[in-house]
Amino acid sequence: MMPKAQTLYEKIWNAHIVEQRDDGTCLIFIDRHLVHEVTSPQAFEGLRVAGRRVRRPDLTLAVPDHNLPTTARLDANGNHIPIADPESAQQLEALERNAPEFGIAYIDATDVKQGIVHVVGPEQGFSLPGTTIVCGDSHTACHGGLGALAFGIGTSEVEHVLATQTLQLSQSKSMEVRVEGELGPGVSAKDVVLHITGVLGASGGTGHVIEYTGSVIRALSIEGRLTISNMAIEHGARAGLVAPDDVTFAYLQGRPMAPKGDDWDAALAYWRALATDAGATYDKVVTINAADIAPSVTWGTSPEDVLPITGVVPDPSTFADPSKQEAAKKSLEYMGLTPGTPMTDISVENIFIGSCTNSRIEDLRAAAAVLKGRKKADNIKWAIVVPGSGLVKQMAEAEGLDRIFTDAGLEWREPGCSACLGMNPDKVPAGERCASTSNRNFVGRQGPGARTHLVSPAMAAAAAVTGKLTDVRNLMD
Amino acid sequence: MQPISSVKGKAYPLGLKNVDTDIIIPAAWLKTISRSGLGKGAFQTLRGVAGNVFDDPAYAGAPILIAGDNFGCGSSREHAAWAMADLGISAVIAPSFSDIFSGNAFKNGLLAIVLPQDAIDRLMEVAKTDDIHIDLETQTVTTPFQDRFAFEIDPFRKHCLINGVDEIGLTLKSSDAISAYENKISASQPWLSPNQA
Ligand code: SF4
Repeated sequence: MMPKAQTLYEKIWNAHIVEQRDDGTCLIFIDRHLVHEVTSPQAFEGLRVAGRRVRRPDLTLAVPDHNLPTTARLDANGNHIPIADPESAQQLEALERNAPEFGIAYIDATDVKQGIVHVVGPEQGFSLPGTTIVCGDSHTACHGGLGALAFGIGTSEVEHVLATQTLQLSQSKSMEVRVEGELGPGVSAKDVVLHITGVLGASGGTGHVIEYTGSVIRALSIEGRLTISNMAIEHGARAGLVAPDDVTFAYLQGRPMAPKGDDWDAALAYWRALATDAGATYDKVVTINAADIAPSVTWGTSPEDVLPITGVVPDPSTFADPSKQEAAKKSLEYMGLTPGTPMTDISVENIFIGSCTNSRIEDLRAAAAVLKGRKKADNIKWAIVVPGSGLVKQMAEAEGLDRIFTDAGLEWREPGCSACLGMNPDKVPAGERCASTSNRNFVGRQGPGARTHLVSPAMAAAAAVTGKLTDVRNLMD
Repeated sequence: MQPISSVKGKAYPLGLKNVDTDIIIPAAWLKTISRSGLGKGAFQTLRGVAGNVFDDPAYAGAPILIAGDNFGCGSSREHAAWAMADLGISAVIAPSFSDIFSGNAFKNGLLAIVLPQDAIDRLMEVAKTDDIHIDLETQTVTTPFQDRFAFEIDPFRKHCLINGVDEIGLTLKSSDAISAYENKISASQPWLSPNQA
C-alpha cells in the first residue's frame, strides 16, 4: 500500500511524536528553544524551586532583546553603559545569571551576534527546516519561513520545555494560503502578509497551522519568507510554514550552528523530502492573486485593518458585522481618523524601521533604496532604523546603508526589539502617529496613546521622505 | 503544585464582564522576574475606584472571585494567574473564561469554575454576607442556604488539581520514552545537534 500523502506540517508533527495519549494529545519533542529575558525568569525560578535541571541545554539558546535600549551599549573605554530602568536592568541581569547557571549558551548584549531572537535563530543556523522550535514570544512562527514548525509558548510551557524538552500538544488543523502570480513594483513580502491578514481577518487562522505556497512565495528570499511567517499569529494561526527549497538551503549553508560536512549532506536529503506530497489535502485552502496586492497600510488598531495605500479611511457603518462596526468606531477614535480621508493625506511624525518582521538586511536595503539622496520631511520628529542583529548592522554598514540613513536624517541604532513594543526607551509619544515596519498596531503597543500604521520598509522610508503615508511607487524611478 | 480539593470562604462579588488581562495585571508589571509579589498590581485600575470590592474590609483576604462573562481575555500573559494567586485568590467563578486564561489558571493550580449566569447572580447575593464552598471532588458549589450548583471540569485537569500533579512532573514520568526518542534521533539524524558556535 502506498503511504498516505502528507502535508509538510503532518510530516514534521509525526516525526516529533514521543508518545501519544489516549485522548489524542501528543508529547512532542522540541528541537530548538530560544529564550529571552521577559518570559523566562519565572521559568528558571520554577526549576530552581523544584530542584530541576535543563534537560537539553545544547538545544537551548538565550539572547536578550525586548528590554535593551538601542542606544550605545559601551562607553568610550569599552565599559558597559548601565541600563537606566531598574526593572529592565533586573530582568536582563536575571537572564545573564540564569543562562550559565543552567548551562545554556548566552549571547551577550554587546556581542555582534546579539539581536532579536527571531533574527538570531535563522542567522546563526540554529533554526533549521523540519525542526520544532519554541520561544516564549508569540512571533516565534517567524522561523516557519525556513520550513520549521515554530510557535510561541507561555512561561509555564517555557519551564516545561526547559525541564523535559517536550510539550503536550494536540495537532492543529491545516490551511494552505496560496499566493499566485507576480508581485508588482513596490510590493514586498510585508505587503503580501498584510494583505493576507486583511483577507483572513485577525482570527481567520485560529486553530490552524498555515502553509504559504504558490509562485509568489517560491520567488521570495528567506528574508521575505520570514516576514510572512512572522505574522502568522496576526491572522490567528498557531504557526506558519514555507516548504524548504534550494533558496532555503543556500541561505543556511555555512551558518555557524548549521550542520557541516557529511551532516550537511544527510540533513539536505532529509529536508528535500519534507515538502507536501502531491495529493495531500489541507483542511482549508485560500487562494490569493498577487495582482490584487498593492503596497499596503493599516488604518485601525487590529492588523486585519488593512488597506491598499490608494484607499480611503473606511466608514464603520459600512461594515456588515455590528461588532466590527463598534470596534472600527473605537479604532478610528483612537487613531484620530475621519472616514473618507485618503490614506495618503495622513501625516506621520515618527518612523520606525525595525522589529523581527522587518529588520533583516534585505529590509534595510529596500528602505535605503528609497532614502538614497533624499532627506526626511521637516514634520518628522523621530525616525529610527534598528537592525535586527549586530551582524545585520555590520553588513549594512559594510554596504554603506547606515550613511544613507543618517544622511537622510534618520538615526542608526543598536539591535533590539525597540519601538515594536513599549517596553524599552524607544516609544512613540501619545497622540502621535508612526509609520512602523513592526507587526502589531494594538492600542498602546508602541507606547500609551501611540498611533501605529503598519507598513513595509520601503513604505516607511517613503513616509519619512514626504512626512505622510505615501505610495512608494511614486518615489520609484 | 499544591493539591487543591476544596475552597471555602468569602468571595469578592465583582460580577464584571470581559475582565481582560490588562485589568488583572497591567503591562507595567511584566518586567518582574518573580511569580510572587504581583498581588500589589492585581486589578490596579479597578482598585483606583472608591468603593471597589478589593479594598472593602468585608471581603479582605477572600479566596474566591465571582466575575462575569469572558474572564481573562486579551494577552496570553501568565502574570494574570500569578497576580491573582498572589492576592490570595484560589478560585474564580464566572459564566465563561478565555481559553488561554483557563489554561494558565490550571497550570498554576487556580480553579476556574464555569457556572451559568443565574447561579452567578445568586452567588453574588450570598457573597455579600456569607461564605461560599467549592468542592472539586463532588464538582459542586454550595452556600449555607442549601444552594447547590454542579459544574463540569475536564477529568484530567481535575485529577491533576486534586493530586497536585504538575504537568512537568507528569511528563517527567515519560522520561524513558523521551530518552528513547533522543537516542533514536541522535542515531538517525545526528545533524540535529546544533554546532556550538
Ligand atoms: S520585535 Fe516585537 S514582535 Fe518581535 S520579538 Fe521583539 S517585541 Fe516581539
